Amino acid sequence: MTVFLLAILLFFIGLYGVLVKRNLMKIVIGLVIMEYGVNLLFVLIGYSKGGTAPIWSRGMPEGTTMVDPVPQALVLTAIVIGLATTALIAAFAVRIYEKHGTMDVRQIRKLKG
Amino acid sequence: MKRGMTPIVRATARFMTPFIMVLGLYVVLHGHLTPGGGFAGGVFIGGAYVLMVLAYGADGAKSAFYKQRASLFECSGIFLFWFLAVLGLLQKGVFFLNMLQKAAPGKPHTVFSAGIIPLCNLAIGIEVAAGLFSIFITLAVLSRKEKP
Amino acid sequence: MNAAPLFVVVPLGMAFLCLILSRLWKGMPDLVGNLTLGFLAVMSVRFLSFAGATGRYDVGGWVPVGGMPVGISMVVDGLTVLMLLVVNITGFIAGLYSIPYLSRYTDRDRYYTLFLLLMAGLNGVVVSGDLFNLFVFLEITAISAYALVAFGVGAEELEASFKYQVLGGIASLFILLAIAMLYYATGTLNLAGISQSLVRQGNKIPLIFISGFFLAGFGLKAALMPFHAWLPDAHPSAPAPVSAMLSGVVIKVLGVYAMCRVFFNVLSVTPDFMLVLRIMAVTSMILGVYLALGQWDFKRLLAYHSISQVGYVVLGIGLGTPLGIAAGLFHLVNHTAFKSLLFLNAGAVEYSTGTRDLKRMAGLGRLLPVAAWTSLVASFSIAGIPPFSGFWSKLFIVIACLQAGQPVLAAFAILGSIMTLASFLKVRRYAFSDPARTKLKIERKTPWCMSLAMLVLAVFCTVMGLLFLPSVKAVLLGPAAEVLVQGVGYAGRVLGGAP
Repeated sequence: MTVFLLAILLFFIGLYGVLVKRNLMKIVIGLVIMEYGVNLLFVLIGYSKGGTAPIWSRGMPEGTTMVDPVPQALVLTAIVIGLATTALIAAFAVRIYEKHGTMDVRQIRKLKG
Repeated sequence: MKRGMTPIVRATARFMTPFIMVLGLYVVLHGHLTPGGGFAGGVFIGGAYVLMVLAYGADGAKSAFYKQRASLFECSGIFLFWFLAVLGLLQKGVFFLNMLQKAAPGKPHTVFSAGIIPLCNLAIGIEVAAGLFSIFITLAVLSRKEKP
Repeated sequence: MNAAPLFVVVPLGMAFLCLILSRLWKGMPDLVGNLTLGFLAVMSVRFLSFAGATGRYDVGGWVPVGGMPVGISMVVDGLTVLMLLVVNITGFIAGLYSIPYLSRYTDRDRYYTLFLLLMAGLNGVVVSGDLFNLFVFLEITAISAYALVAFGVGAEELEASFKYQVLGGIASLFILLAIAMLYYATGTLNLAGISQSLVRQGNKIPLIFISGFFLAGFGLKAALMPFHAWLPDAHPSAPAPVSAMLSGVVIKVLGVYAMCRVFFNVLSVTPDFMLVLRIMAVTSMILGVYLALGQWDFKRLLAYHSISQVGYVVLGIGLGTPLGIAAGLFHLVNHTAFKSLLFLNAGAVEYSTGTRDLKRMAGLGRLLPVAAWTSLVASFSIAGIPPFSGFWSKLFIVIACLQAGQPVLAAFAILGSIMTLASFLKVRRYAFSDPARTKLKIERKTPWCMSLAMLVLAVFCTVMGLLFLPSVKAVLLGPAAEVLVQGVGYAGRVLGGAP
């Protein structure tokens, strides 16, 4: 139970980063940390006591305890989605810096009202 | 970034790149037997290309030719994966059916088993490698310095 | 039933085929893109023959174990058929509109790739019967939308897309966190399986916590207050057909449809949750239209009205009675028609005159006749003037409020409608009437593709009032509302029905 709370704490640290920080790149990193927290929580959920990796290798006796493979497949997918999102938002941060000349969120305010 | 790094780094990168690529290919092809699979192996192979660009400087990779090539490989990888999934639909009417498993099952725990899964891994490996290289080229090499 | 995966497979493959084949001929992306969108529209009309039955399709042919599907399953029922029609027909019309509109932008092949990926994602969300599959297609749609919003890479579009990405990313992570906690509680990811497991377990799980995260995530995607901050920047900055898709379809499918599917069919709804939905809906309705009154940018005004109209939809659904849910879904369909038409009109005005500022426009009624007449139809429809479609859906929402014993909500709905009328009278007066003050010159006349697209949508706006006739309602809106009213009975129909 403690490890679940620590993973959720990592999520909220990332959320703090997105909400409070002013630099564009720090917001991106906050988003990335949130994603790490959720993926970690997902993998920890699948753990069962004394289980090994959920792949059936040569010479494994029948009836070995394995951890739940479904969260591992889901986390793989979520990591790839996170990669795509991070690449896109980082590219946008770079382009915004080129067009606006600043990385401070408080000064990028062309759209108002 | 434009000039590359010192000759020691260049020699080491030149030496290590084939090993990294072979390791990546191994992880991709054995995705149904060991942990890893298409995505992790693709990251290895893409990383090998990125290492070469970092060591030798961006001048060689600056032309749009590399970006077009990478984009073409990326689309081909995705298209191959899509084609494998649709083959099941065309043959038996079930989307994403593992039809090679029914037609030609191999011995378990060898490379030639588990139907279309190694082929899917290969397609994903090509796609991820090309995609990562394309992202790196776009972000680090081809950025234009415009006036705000 | 076996055609259900085609909605996802075809746009996904054709999106990348577009990019590969664009080297052969420059008009190839247009041709491939529009043929694919036409095919999808025709397929979704053919699915009308389902008429309320529930079908399940197991991807990969994996045989269910013990009655529970292992692996991904796709489910088609009444609500799915309605949403498929809305998504694909709007996509086809927007695709038709974008053939001449894109001459202002470079990179046409990338546009069609992203647009077809958006369609694949939307269809995937609608057809999915599995919670994680829903999340993956939600992300595909969202990433395509982020890229399409910033398609003309100017400083404003980039800023708008960055805001959209940060808030949309937080929303997706909230949804993923809720999925993780739900998996921990139930052990399965199939929507029907989760529903059955929750019914078995009773009140032992902290369902309020999970519901809160889901509501925050989907509410942010649907742009309900207080999660609306990204919409007024993102929707105006996109190209006009993309704005029409975003405002007309994406916020409905990713927000309202996903919320209804998860809350009504999986987690059973409680009266407290409906109260929260109603409060958020009324706030959206009134504050959205209040903020729209002061806008001088044509598309930004329309974006604020989107927030307000989604409030109407969620109010109808939040009432919980069968008439309320049917009226809410009816308003969803109508809003897609008239809001897309309004955004396409704004795009036609921008294409011909090069500006979106209402203060600089005047007297366009005679210079752009098609845009002026269709925008008249759409303005009457959104303000709720008979006999256009908006009048009927708002009338039924008000009647449903009174039937459910909430006269205050009915009063708010009527107040919102009056303010909407005021706002669109302002648009009429500044943009389309008063020819004596015409200062702008028409640089290009409206091409026939754009005019045809706008006329088709105007016909829809006029005719869709008939959707509430009992014979028509039994085919389309009746089964859709039935799915939501039955709530957790969804599980029985999916698992017990034919595979």
